[in-house]
Amino acid sequence: MAAKPNILEMVNITKEFPGVLALSEVNLAVRAGEVHAICGENGAGKSTLMKVLSGVYPIGSYSGDIVYQNEVQRFRDIRASEAAGIVIIHQELALIPELSIAENIFLGNEVTKRGAIDWEKTRLDAIELLARVGLSEDPDTKIKDIGVGKQQLVEIAKALAKQVKLLILDEPTAALNETDSQHLLDLIKGLQGRGISSIIISHKLNEIAQIADSITIIRDGHAIETLRVDEGAVDEDRIIRGMVGRSLQSRFPDRIATVGENFFEIHDWTVQHPTSSERLVCKGETLHVRRGEVVGLAGLVGAGRTELAMSVFGRSYGNFISGTIIKDGKEIQIKSVADAIKHGIAYVSEDRKALGLNLLDDIKRSIVSAKLGKISSAGVVNEDEERTVSEDYRGKLRIKTSSIDRGVETLSGGNQQKVVLAKWMFTDPDILILDEPTRGIDVGAKFEIYTIIQQLAAQGKGIILISSELPELLGLSDRIYTIFEGAITNEFTAENADPELLMKSMTATQKKANAA
Amino acid sequence: MSGIKDLKKIFGNGNTSSLRQLGILVSLVIIILLFNGLTDGLTISPTNLINVVQQNSYILILAIGMVMVIIAGHIDLSVGSIAAFTGIIVAKLMNDFHVPWGLAIVAGLVLGLIIGAWQGFWVAYVGIPAFIVTLAGMMLFRGLNQFVGNADSVPVPDGYQALLSGYLPEVGPDTGYNNLTLLLGIIAIAAVIWREVRARRTAVRTGAELAPIWVAILRLVLLIAIIAFATFMFAGGRVGTSFPNSGIILVLLVLIYSFVTRRTIVGRHIYAVGGNKRAAELSGVKAKRINFLVMMNMSMLASLAGMLYIARAGASGPQDGINWELDAIAAVFIGGAAVAGGIGTVPGSIIGGLVMAFLNNGLQLLGVGSDKVLMIKGLVLLAAVAIDVINKNSGRFSVIGALTARRNKSGDELGIPVNKS
Repeated sequence: MAAKPNILEMVNITKEFPGVLALSEVNLAVRAGEVHAICGENGAGKSTLMKVLSGVYPIGSYSGDIVYQNEVQRFRDIRASEAAGIVIIHQELALIPELSIAENIFLGNEVTKRGAIDWEKTRLDAIELLARVGLSEDPDTKIKDIGVGKQQLVEIAKALAKQVKLLILDEPTAALNETDSQHLLDLIKGLQGRGISSIIISHKLNEIAQIADSITIIRDGHAIETLRVDEGAVDEDRIIRGMVGRSLQSRFPDRIATVGENFFEIHDWTVQHPTSSERLVCKGETLHVRRGEVVGLAGLVGAGRTELAMSVFGRSYGNFISGTIIKDGKEIQIKSVADAIKHGIAYVSEDRKALGLNLLDDIKRSIVSAKLGKISSAGVVNEDEERTVSEDYRGKLRIKTSSIDRGVETLSGGNQQKVVLAKWMFTDPDILILDEPTRGIDVGAKFEIYTIIQQLAAQGKGIILISSELPELLGLSDRIYTIFEGAITNEFTAENADPELLMKSMTATQKKANAA
Repeated sequence: MSGIKDLKKIFGNGNTSSLRQLGILVSLVIIILLFNGLTDGLTISPTNLINVVQQNSYILILAIGMVMVIIAGHIDLSVGSIAAFTGIIVAKLMNDFHVPWGLAIVAGLVLGLIIGAWQGFWVAYVGIPAFIVTLAGMMLFRGLNQFVGNADSVPVPDGYQALLSGYLPEVGPDTGYNNLTLLLGIIAIAAVIWREVRARRTAVRTGAELAPIWVAILRLVLLIAIIAFATFMFAGGRVGTSFPNSGIILVLLVLIYSFVTRRTIVGRHIYAVGGNKRAAELSGVKAKRINFLVMMNMSMLASLAGMLYIARAGASGPQDGINWELDAIAAVFIGGAAVAGGIGTVPGSIIGGLVMAFLNNGLQLLGVGSDKVLMIKGLVLLAAVAIDVINKNSGRFSVIGALTARRNKSGDELGIPVNKS
């Protein structure tokens, strides 16, 4: 069977962010009319690659060539790539809830007659496009009144309105239930018949195995391999092997903690999504932490790790339904963040800038900000003590700055993260929940953060570590829970875990095998 | 080079955004000196300085509350109407119901708290933007003022007037000056010296960066000279006048609120909520309570401002407090606060308010019409904020940039004592 010609070739794409090499000489070839899946762990560089392709990162901000329909393209923005027929549909849908389906389909691409919008043609065209994606909704219906599955279809109709030739879908089924997902996958398959090629990014390997013609695996900014279905069957295990294939080097400090008794338990933790009440983000999860133990939570983006952590931390995410928290053998009531801090729980957010720090503040004030009462009397902050405490943490955690009077905004990511850690260490926690503590941090600072984590464990604190980097989880944790779609699917001890086993449980291709 | 760097520490400890305020302070000094030259010394004369304080104390008091509201990320458009409503109630209590003025003042403050609780409830607990809540309040309380007062004015008793818009009594030997004002000056100088000594001691103990001793002395000499000069000015007016009572109330409030915003947990939490609400909540800050408190506090200060105003005007009327909110908001933004919240200081806002006050005053002394005064004030507000924004965006050389050189956005610290206005 002769291979079809390529519609797209990305050649030696390299993209650098300050201090980080996001993509390194990546090659990607997409054949005309195929469904091409891109797989990789979180942060491997999949989204970055798609942003390069769609012009979000304009020509000049990366090196390498995009050859599309046999011509080298120089996209300066998204409009340029869309004009060429490349349309990206992001995980977060770009629809305006208060506008109608028809208005959304033609947003930025309006049907006009003598400068004014031609509503009649807009409506007729919309009906035709909706029919092509199998949606029989009235085009005047507002987006907010249809479900997320139908919204996804509207996005595709919108792409069709732009004469799409290459459709990029980023996690299209992440928010969909099984029926809607299946419908969407069928539709993508159906578009092939009309000569539209697709690139699909998905964590759901079963879906990829079902519809993809080719699969390119990206790991740490490198394109590892491209698997062609017509050259031999590809199953999920094969994909997983490609995704996690690296070896575990000793990039981690030695464990110095001795694991003590079980002292922190979460039982039947059930939490509703904050806006859509039929979705549960935590489905009765139960877990426990021992003193001095680092417990890893492994899961893909959207699995509900952060949701679990934040809902435990003073119900700061979603709507609490049921569940109990037991600490030192006693049930504790945590209804607010203040309660959580009082009970010795600390949460270091995955989003340092949006949720972890007030970037307008300076270092010393940030460090004491979560427990001001500790250095205050009668509501008045003792600024001498603030300085002493902050200088102490600056030394202990080696925060690199000329002065603790400087703004946290002036610090590098690693040093900002140390300030956040200092802020939570200052609250004297017994349980620290660390959510992606090394995200966006260079290798040197990572090692320092790892060392701090081990020291905290050695002090008898319990650590819950959320990380998308499996080597990090395996290198630091004593025990690992895997989470998939808001449920704990498995539990491994450090000795029993390996990347492939974890990945299987994280994608739930293997349900509840053995409780460790 | 380091000499210049040290020199900057004369204002504030040289380590924070006091540098931003330095720019405004310099502008204030330039404006005062400029008008003093243009008016042949009329601006810096005892009568005029006393007048400026009397005329602007209520706006400056509003600015104190407003900067806290703006730091927390809100706005309050209702302060003028609340001042007017409290004014008419207090005047009615005293005039029609013969309530003693002491009790009437307490009632006025309580009314302010109740109004504030009303507005704070909608803003903090229902989540309606403060812009809307206080726009509604602006209409509501203006209407209530006219409803209660029948759109007519109500006089206030003499004792009330004397207390809130009067002067310190003449006591002690005849020195040719108002003795109590001299005493205030001496206290202020002593406080400044004590503060400096204490700050240096603390710095030595905690190992903080210490400005060279000559900087400290220069700073002290400068401050003492300004305080002494102001003291003689205010004490040396017409017999029977002094530093006005309303000014004393203002100074006390500035000291209290500077302390609250800078040094207390509540103050820290206001900056935290305005700087990053989600992060503040995830640090255990009760953001709703903070929002409620700043809105309530603002209304209470507005009531106080209203009571000061009717004392000076001699009566409460339906036109009281119109456009006050705009003057107070302008003062806060000239004083370096950020529209998005999280940044601003009480002293900075007072300096901003004084810039507007002396601009107003100087132009009036020159006989410039109120139409042109408004136009000039509008442009000054725009220019002050524009310089800041442009400076921030481009990092290019600018007036304030030249004066401050190092930008630091952290929204705390003051260091510029303004308790001698």
